[in-house]
Amino acid sequence: MKHVLRVSGILLLPVLLQAANGNPPGPFFDYLRLNVFLAVIVMAALLIYFFQRIKKNPESIFVRRIPGIDAIEEAVGRATEMGRPVLYVPGIEDITEIQTIASMLILGKVAETVARYKTTILVPCRIPFVMTVAEEMVRQAFYNVGMPEDHRPENISFISDEQFAYTAGVNGIMLREKPAANIMLGRFFAESLILSETGFQSGAIQVAGTAEVTQLPFFIAACDYTLIGEELFAASAYLSRDAKLLSNLKATDYYKVLIVGIIVVGSILATFGYDWLPRMLTIH
Amino acid sequence: MNLLDKFLILDRRWVFLLMALAIIIPLLLNITLPFTPDKAVEAIYNELETLEPGTRVLVSCDYDPGSKPELQPFAVALFYYLFTHELSPVITCLWPGAPPLVESALLEVTAMLALDGRAAPLNHIDYVNLGYKQGAQFVMLSMGSDMRGTFPLDYTGTPIDEIPVMDGIENLNSFDLFVEISAGSAGTKEWVQTVQGRYDLRLAAACTAVMAPDCIPYLQANQLFGLAGGMKGSADFEKLVYDGTDYIGQATIGMNAQSFGHLVIIIFIILGNIAFFATREKR
Amino acid sequence: MKKEIPLLITFLLGTWMILEFFFHNIPHVDQITEILTNGGMVIAAFTYILGVMNILQVNANRIKHHQDRPYKWTLLVGFVLMILLGFTWGIDVDSPFQWMYNTFYVPLQATMFSLLAFYIASAAFRAFRARSVEATLLLVAAVLVMLGRVPIGEEWIWSRLPDISNWIMDYPNMAGKRAILIGAALGAISTGLRVIIGMERSYLGGE
Repeated sequence: MKHVLRVSGILLLPVLLQAANGNPPGPFFDYLRLNVFLAVIVMAALLIYFFQRIKKNPESIFVRRIPGIDAIEEAVGRATEMGRPVLYVPGIEDITEIQTIASMLILGKVAETVARYKTTILVPCRIPFVMTVAEEMVRQAFYNVGMPEDHRPENISFISDEQFAYTAGVNGIMLREKPAANIMLGRFFAESLILSETGFQSGAIQVAGTAEVTQLPFFIAACDYTLIGEELFAASAYLSRDAKLLSNLKATDYYKVLIVGIIVVGSILATFGYDWLPRMLTIH
Repeated sequence: MNLLDKFLILDRRWVFLLMALAIIIPLLLNITLPFTPDKAVEAIYNELETLEPGTRVLVSCDYDPGSKPELQPFAVALFYYLFTHELSPVITCLWPGAPPLVESALLEVTAMLALDGRAAPLNHIDYVNLGYKQGAQFVMLSMGSDMRGTFPLDYTGTPIDEIPVMDGIENLNSFDLFVEISAGSAGTKEWVQTVQGRYDLRLAAACTAVMAPDCIPYLQANQLFGLAGGMKGSADFEKLVYDGTDYIGQATIGMNAQSFGHLVIIIFIILGNIAFFATREKR
Repeated sequence: MKKEIPLLITFLLGTWMILEFFFHNIPHVDQITEILTNGGMVIAAFTYILGVMNILQVNANRIKHHQDRPYKWTLLVGFVLMILLGFTWGIDVDSPFQWMYNTFYVPLQATMFSLLAFYIASAAFRAFRARSVEATLLLVAAVLVMLGRVPIGEEWIWSRLPDISNWIMDYPNMAGKRAILIGAALGAISTGLRVIIGMERSYLGGE
């Protein structure tokens, strides 16, 4: 509770000062967005609360198994046995997209496994910005496991920023280089099925994950394992086994419970004609 | 191995062949089946009907040739409607492949207007194509605060201050209506999440069929006032716009190919299931 | 310091962009936000130079080592040709650049996208089996939506099919979708905050 109060205090201070000065609402703090503001405060407070709690008692956290993430190490091992590379596709979105950021964080962990197994990782990128970040992540991963000399910068490449030119390029890599494992994590659109079907035909073990709900059925149909929605965001914390990062998952779970509660109460109220809760939650 | 077993491991090239035939034959036969426009598409048309002549409409074309069959017909029908109702489109693109498609849509509409005996729309007076800008959400935010700073030149390199149709346009709030045509990201989702609420925009979207389910929540929450999803959405819009003319839009023609394509998929699913259950005991 | 400075920059810029959503008309706030967004655009544009250098480097290297030479030559020739055409004759409607765009680029892109129709048919044929009650429900719903979305369903089968298709899309589909979306959005917010407040720092080189 004290964390909620602390965060609320810091963030609400400007608003209270504005009220104390007698300033009219609007020109300084946008009162129409107070609902979003409060939601951010609650989220930040929950994150900090669980971070502190788990720091004191790291054993107290339980995270269910996520088979898709466990399969990544198995896939890298298989690639090593077969003497073939691992293909990592970080989605087709820019680095401003949170799914790409999540994918980059996972790439770091995957590249560490790849470096330990002394195999090759190929990372074709659609956006040059993503390519530079990916190169840094892979370089750092090889460095972290003490094998910087094994890193091959040319394996992290920019293909094209055109969606289907990029898709054709990645398909070409799948068919020519015959990677033993295709890991496709990030934001995908229409190319998801083209990539995963080509990967299926090439016989690779495939692990995919996205928060794009419309692309999930395609990945589920054509891949061995699929990370669904939030599992993609949980993956880097899960792979790191770091209690502090895992505390985030706890915070989001509690937040989800809160949202479900609001949905249930809102639905009941709306059914009986009281629409003040939905109106309060409208984003302006 | 009997016929059903063989069917279950059918070479996928047979599926491809039948699919190709299901698409090509209806296109060649040139038959058109009637259909009813969707309410979400009608909402776009009805909103356009309320605009006064001279109103400037922001049209963001965020697609590329890959989605041309689905979205270009919508763009053509939209420009046709705008020009025939003396409304002025201000066109922007967040996809590098889009500006040439916009130019080709404008050429097509100019030819249609010539057939109608109408004058060709004049660049910079009746419309402007501001071209492509790199930066996705950054561009959206920047347009929200300063449209002229974001696009200092148009697609042909003319300074924005020398373009009459841009007179008085300062930011996104300078437009009464905003229609977004999108094939992915940056597209509908980003426009809604980044600027629709922030600037309280009247926003409608035309998007690819695979994106449409993603956009329905925005429609239900009134963050979009209308939505045309996929080729069906474009065909619906064409039907409304070309009503009373001799034109049959490309999406309307494409709907037949789509009909038979869906039918082939359904037949394969049903036959696959029959074969699966008939051979289950053996397996 | 190698880690602290990037962490500080991430924290300050991330917090600024969050707070900017709530606070307006404070002197210099809007201008600073504009500078930041413009800065983002400029950095993104500059990374394309890195992209171009990477393409040239990686593909020239492959050619030198006799790897996939026909593909690499095609890529490099196409790349240089389009740049030359654009810079020499411009990008007007009747320019050679536009001709190349319409003649090669448009059909190639459309071909790639249209592959989806074939792959979807083959994936559906392979994966869509009524193995359980849930799978059967999914299969029936898919068939109804597919038929309801095209004129053949409305005209030849049943005129109410589009309504049924819309109902499936608007209610059962949307309920499931929203559940996944809420989870994904929370995951996204949590990842974002984790990076902004410096909890997640693996991108800076481990702990």
